[in-house]
Amino acid sequence: MRLEAANLACQRGGREVFSDISFSVSSGEVLAITGRNGAGKSSLLRTIAGLLRRAGGEIVLQGGDPELTIAEQAHYLGHLDALKLALSVAENLRFWAGFLGAGAPAIEAPLEAVGLDALADLPAAYLSAGQRRRLSIARLLAVQRPIWLLDEPMSTLDAAAQQRLAGFMRAHLAGAGIILAATHGSLGLDAARELRLGEPA
Amino acid sequence: MSALGALLVRDMRIAVRVGGGALMGVLFFLVVITMVPFAVGPDLALLKRIGPAILWLAALLASLLALDRLFAADHEDGSLDLLLMSRAPLELVVAVKGLAHWLTTGLPLVVAAPLLGLLLDLDAPAQGALVVTLLVGTPALTFIGLIGAAISVALRRGGLLLAVLVLPLAVPVLIFGVAAANAASAGQAPFGTPFTILCALTLMSLVIGPFAAAAALRQEME
Repeated sequence: MRLEAANLACQRGGREVFSDISFSVSSGEVLAITGRNGAGKSSLLRTIAGLLRRAGGEIVLQGGDPELTIAEQAHYLGHLDALKLALSVAENLRFWAGFLGAGAPAIEAPLEAVGLDALADLPAAYLSAGQRRRLSIARLLAVQRPIWLLDEPMSTLDAAAQQRLAGFMRAHLAGAGIILAATHGSLGLDAARELRLGEPA
Repeated sequence: MSALGALLVRDMRIAVRVGGGALMGVLFFLVVITMVPFAVGPDLALLKRIGPAILWLAALLASLLALDRLFAADHEDGSLDLLLMSRAPLELVVAVKGLAHWLTTGLPLVVAAPLLGLLLDLDAPAQGALVVTLLVGTPALTFIGLIGAAISVALRRGGLLLAVLVLPLAVPVLIFGVAAANAASAGQAPFGTPFTILCALTLMSLVIGPFAAAAALRQEME
C-alpha cells in the first residue's frame, strides 16, 4: 500500500496555506509533518482526510480497497477529541468502534491498552485532557484502518502515555500501516521521515 | 447497518441524558399552551376554535428548540469530522440524526398533545385528528429543520438564524396540518384532502431534507 500526493495545494479564506506539496508514504513508513505554527500541518492532514477541499493536486492510494475513499480507510486524530461528555468512557468508545468499524468490535482490550479500563463507567466529562486524548487514541486501536492521520498526537499526554502511543504506532507500522503525523517534538520513532512545510505566505 | 444503529443509539442516549431533548420540548410545549388562555381570555368557544392551530404552532416551535444543536454540538467537539469520514453515506447519517431527534423531541410532543388539548377544550374527535396530524407532520418539521441546522452548523449563535431559515419553509406543513386538524373538529371541510397533502409534504421533506443538509455540511468543509 502506498499513499502518494502530488502538487497538493490548499487555500483557506482566499489565502494560500501551502502549494506544491508532494510526498509518498509506503506501508510500514511514518511521515512526520513539521513546520512552524500556521505552516499548514493541520490543513494538510485535513486535506488528506477529505475534510478540506483541495485547491489543486492529487492524492492517490495504491493498493488500498478500491471501493473505499482514502478518508474511509483512514483514522483522523485531530485537536478535538470527538467525545460526548454526557456518555461514559465505554459508551464513547463503543459508539465510535461501532460507527467506524463493522460489527461489534471489542472495546475492553483497547481501553486496557490506553489504561482507562478502570474508568470505563465514568462519564467522559470527568476525564482530564490527557485521559480524553487517550480515550480518543483507543478508537484507533478498536477499529483497524490502514492510514493514521495524527495531528499533534503527543500533546497533553504524559511521558508514560507518550511512550505507550509510540508503541501503538510501532505496532501499527509493523502491521503494514501508514502514519502521517503533524508534530513539533519527537514521535519516539526512529525511522521517521520528515516533510517540512515552508513558511506561510 | 450497524454504524447507523450505533449513531441512533448514541444520539438518543445523549438527548435523554442531557435533558435537552424529550422533557424540555414537552415542557416548552406545555408552557406555551398554558399561556394561551391567559392571553386570549377564558372564552371556551374561542379556545376550542383556535385550539388545533395553537397546538400546531406550539409543536412547531418546540420541535425547533433543540434543533440548532443537532450538528453544532458535533461540530464543536470534533465528532462531525469523523461522521464525515464514515463509510455510510452522509445523507443516511444525517437522516439517522434527524430520526433520533424526532424520536426524542417530536414523538413526545405527539404523546403529550391530547393532554394539552384538554386545556383548550378539544373534544375526542378533534384530539384524535390532532394526534394523527402531529404524528404525520412533526417528522416533516424535523427534516426541514435539518437543512437549517446544517447551514448554521459553524455559527456560534445559530439558533436564531435557524428559526428564520426554517419557519418559512414550514408554512405549508403548518397550513395543511392545521387544516386537517380543524376539519375534524369543525366538521364542515373534508379531513382527507388536507391530510393527504400533509402526508405528501412529509414524504417530500424526508427525501429533500437529508440530501440538502448533507450538501450543506459538505459545503462547510471550506
